[in-house]
Amino acid sequence: MNVVIMGCGRVGAQLAALLEEEGHKVTIMDREPDSFRRLPPNFQGRALVGDGTDEDYLKRAGIEEADAFVAVTQGDNRNVMAAQIAKHIFNVPKVVCRIYDPLREELYHTLGLETISPTTVAAKLLRDVLID
Amino acid sequence: MYIIVVGGGKIGYYLTTTLLKEGHEVLILEKDPAKCDAICEHLGSVVVRGDGCEARTLGEAGTERADMLIAVTNEDEDNLVACQVAKHKFNVPRTIARINNPKNEALFKKLGIDVAVSSTNLILEHIAEEVPTHPLVHLLTLTGRNLEVIEIKVPPDSAAVGKRIRELALPPQSVIALMVGKWGAIVPTRDTILEPEAQLIAVTRIEAKEALREAITASKGA
Repeated sequence: MNVVIMGCGRVGAQLAALLEEEGHKVTIMDREPDSFRRLPPNFQGRALVGDGTDEDYLKRAGIEEADAFVAVTQGDNRNVMAAQIAKHIFNVPKVVCRIYDPLREELYHTLGLETISPTTVAAKLLRDVLID
Repeated sequence: MYIIVVGGGKIGYYLTTTLLKEGHEVLILEKDPAKCDAICEHLGSVVVRGDGCEARTLGEAGTERADMLIAVTNEDEDNLVACQVAKHKFNVPRTIARINNPKNEALFKKLGIDVAVSSTNLILEHIAEEVPTHPLVHLLTLTGRNLEVIEIKVPPDSAAVGKRIRELALPPQSVIALMVGKWGAIVPTRDTILEPEAQLIAVTRIEAKEALREAITASKGA
């Protein structure tokens, strides 16, 4: 699979490494070149400096040929905007978007975006660990 | 009308001042406490501190009874989300977003924002009008029709000078509606001869704008 990841934080970098290990073609983008230090030293995919809410940078990242797009920057709104561009402008078949704010996550989920709220997920996990 | 303004920067502040004068009920949502205090001091209690992209803040602001939400922060993504939350969660009839990157204008409309105002484009257009050498000035976009009203100045060395309008290679659906020359403003016919330095007001399809400019301004040598 051909995957574009926006945001090279801890989650983005680790996801990139996982996917590459499984043989997928990965392009990861971030506004800060410094973020790419989180990638493993043997990372073979592409790392691109640029803003994923800008169509031109997304094209440069190969969004037109991508099978999947993942938005995992620190900003909920940036993720939401980039994911909607990927889905509605470039018709990427699989688009996933991280949204910390559970209320916002719920809304965009009902609007048809595939969303994950780490807040909700982590709270549930912690609860399950606490109360067996 | 009840209007919610997201973002209490310069634009949000002056917009609110105008809307209050017109007799509307206005509420500003602003994250920065210092800006909230300044607004409160000048305009009274018309500001609530909070994130206008959050459904909870918008709920507390009584967004479900708002007639309009205008998002004017510095960040395009924040303006987009504030408008989308207002529209889809609170059924606000009209949402207006300020956009900073002109590329986002088409995107915002596609994503359901009623009006997207590009502050960058507006400033560029106004500056362009004041630059006398600029041959083409955008005057107006006819929304929904893909047409634009533009002003073109006929350069003195243009190949079009002295020609009749029917002799020009104008792109299809481009119309010269008015010529302002040394005899004043006239409505040109197909036989009107183009004067040097005349100002033309034309209507054109947006994608044909450059071809029209070329037809009017290309110099004799070209």
